[in-house]
Amino acid sequence: MEAFGLLMHGFAVLLTWKTLVLMMVGLVLGIFVGVLPGLGGPNGVAILLPLTFSMDPTSAIVMLSCIYWGALFGGAITSILFNIPGEAWSVATTFDGYPMAQQGRAAEALTAAFTSSFIGSLVAVLLITFLAPMISSFALKFGPPEFFAVYLLTFCSFVGLGREAKHKTVISMSLGLLLAGVGMDTVSGQLRMTFGSGELLRGINFLVAVIGLFGISEILLTMEERLALRGHAAAISLRVVLSVWKDLPKYWVTLLRSSFIGCWLGITPGGAIAASFMGYNLAKRFSKDPEGFGKGRIEGVFAPETAAHASGTAALLPMLALGIPGSGTAAILLGGLMVWGLNPGPLLFVEHKDFVWGLIASMYLGNVVGLVLVLTTVPIFASILRVPFAAVAPMIVVSCAIGAYSIQNAMFDIWLMLGFGVVGYVFKKIGIPLAPFTLALVLGNRAEDAFRLSMIGSGGDMKVFWSNGLVGSITTLAIVLLFWPVIDKAFGSMGRLWRPAKAAG
Amino acid sequence: MQNILKAAAALTGLLASAPAIAAWEPTKPVEIVVAAGAGGASDQMARMMQAAIQKNNLMKQPMVVSLKGGASGAEALIYMKSSEGDPNKVLIAYSLIYMLPLSAKIPFNWRELTPVSVVALDQFVLWDNAAGPKTVKEFIAAAKAASSPFKMGGTGSKREDHVLTVFMEQKTGAKFSYLPYKSGGEAATQLVGNHSESNVNNPSENLEVWRAGQVRALCVFDKERISYKTKVTETQSWNDIPTCKEEGLDIQYLMLRAMFLPGKVTPEQQAFYVDLFQKVTQTAEYKDYMEKQALKPIFLTGNDMLKFLEEDDALNKSLMTEAGFVAK
Repeated sequence: MEAFGLLMHGFAVLLTWKTLVLMMVGLVLGIFVGVLPGLGGPNGVAILLPLTFSMDPTSAIVMLSCIYWGALFGGAITSILFNIPGEAWSVATTFDGYPMAQQGRAAEALTAAFTSSFIGSLVAVLLITFLAPMISSFALKFGPPEFFAVYLLTFCSFVGLGREAKHKTVISMSLGLLLAGVGMDTVSGQLRMTFGSGELLRGINFLVAVIGLFGISEILLTMEERLALRGHAAAISLRVVLSVWKDLPKYWVTLLRSSFIGCWLGITPGGAIAASFMGYNLAKRFSKDPEGFGKGRIEGVFAPETAAHASGTAALLPMLALGIPGSGTAAILLGGLMVWGLNPGPLLFVEHKDFVWGLIASMYLGNVVGLVLVLTTVPIFASILRVPFAAVAPMIVVSCAIGAYSIQNAMFDIWLMLGFGVVGYVFKKIGIPLAPFTLALVLGNRAEDAFRLSMIGSGGDMKVFWSNGLVGSITTLAIVLLFWPVIDKAFGSMGRLWRPAKAAG
Repeated sequence: MQNILKAAAALTGLLASAPAIAAWEPTKPVEIVVAAGAGGASDQMARMMQAAIQKNNLMKQPMVVSLKGGASGAEALIYMKSSEGDPNKVLIAYSLIYMLPLSAKIPFNWRELTPVSVVALDQFVLWDNAAGPKTVKEFIAAAKAASSPFKMGGTGSKREDHVLTVFMEQKTGAKFSYLPYKSGGEAATQLVGNHSESNVNNPSENLEVWRAGQVRALCVFDKERISYKTKVTETQSWNDIPTCKEEGLDIQYLMLRAMFLPGKVTPEQQAFYVDLFQKVTQTAEYKDYMEKQALKPIFLTGNDMLKFLEEDDALNKSLMTEAGFVAK
């Protein structure tokens, strides 16, 4: 119970008026940057970092982490209302969140998103509180083969468990992988597919692609169909919130599963995005009604949000314990820590107890305060839907363009975003799913690097992916998931061996 | 008291370079361009400078850190090159300015930028896992005896770490598989997790795992030992690390950390930044940072800097050619 005592000490550090005010300020700023597509957590934290230089480290990190929580909550708002994911891991939230908003259940979807974010973070914080020392040694077990196995698992679960036609998923994923290869190849140090262009050196930024694929293409589709955002802002009241909460226990399996996936992937760097997709796909797989997914099922919001936030929170653990940032925002927080003279690493937990436990306590408090804050402001955000489309659409396009530009301060990215808008429109028309494309764009590079580093290390021997229990079981699980539809069928037909196997084709 | 000191400092500065200061100063926020990812050594240094400038009121305009680490830092170089005549951008450069144009044929030449000052030199240290061989000799012997080549972690391909690895192979006859990770931090944790046998990280990149007793510093790639004698780990200071030459491995390499403005800025603008960074090197923040990260303090500007850059360029070019990393 040493952890408990230390946590109480952390709360004692936090519970001053000054810190609480900073927390509120951070949350409000965070929600604000989260709502603007493309700005998001990392940029928000980066812009506001210099404000904190004159503060003491604990106040500064409390404020910054609250900006982070605020941005996480805020990201869900645009995903659900406008189908524009603010952060990479909000992509899966749009699958069911946006249809819900279209059916006039925006308030319900937002409440579900906020609540599940809260639950996911809470589970991860509990994990951090009590298992911190053990988890940091678990993360050290991850070398290139293990990383590759995790990425493979994500890709395979997408193909094997996805609802869309398998060949379309594979086409979409392959295109994403191809585009992920543009730019500098870190393993050989050579440029690929840049065709002598200085603009393509940077590669294709994932967020630019996402803003175009989801945001711009949605505007194009809406313009084509009719000039109105489909869906009305429902009457939002405490009643809606309470009714969502009343239904919550029904989905405990989904919530628990997603929290588990989130925590597990969160402590392996870069896992938050993979987690939200995996949480969504597994919820669909084990649902009694997989067909209803993508058409506005509340579980489709619960699953990815819980997983994304569990992993977003758990991602802070390797940052603190090992100095490996698990996400873009964590990387900037890492930079902040260094400015305040705190070096993340194994000794941080020993030498700066006040700071570490203050931060962990702020995760609890920040989440509770954040949940209350966003729920009370839901009506304001949902009322955006009542504004006529002709007025909202230009604003969305402008805010998309600002978002795309500000990621790398490059005019070229705005053209790229518009290009992706057209690609997204065409994909939606011919029924190619966008999610595998974006997933490949995010994880493609890392998966490739991990694979090639494994191959360099093993001298080209594929057996390295089964060289120990950890990597072996992840790789095997990945392959099982890839062929899941076939395996599922095989088991099914074994059950009725006496009948002619008509399902074989 | 502090204000009096500041006023005195400002006055001295004014007297020393009165025409320059009166002539020009930034009128909008200054962007400090980092050619690496978040949390890396360049980023940390940029944020230290940002804090030092802000805390000591060295400049009226704020300074913002702008990360342009895309394409292994090439993004920052192209960005600086295309910002010709813009005095509100300053690049924090390291040896990539020589190496990247050679290995990846990036259309860039540092002579197109305006040099401001060299602010530090960074060391390279040979590290192994705390459970691994205890001296350079034992390490080399173990590497030679190993059935599969020892894995050497590093940052990027065909860059400083890779060059050092190739030279270690040439000098000792041992074979290494070089694993190019995305950052020095990753190379550090992969060494701790035993996924590689060694790395040649800068001191700052391995500092925390060294203090935690998870890695061992075998030798430093410099002519002389690092000067800082304060204990960093339980038993060792930076000064206790032998040079590689002392240990029979005659390889030396130091990396510059230097500030550049875009090309075609006026001499007044250049003078402002020379003065600014000179003041930065006198702040407590800078001195503290240098010692903590075991950097070698240096301040070169004007012709001294140009001479240094030309020599350093020639050296890096010959190293890259010898290692076979120059693209044809």
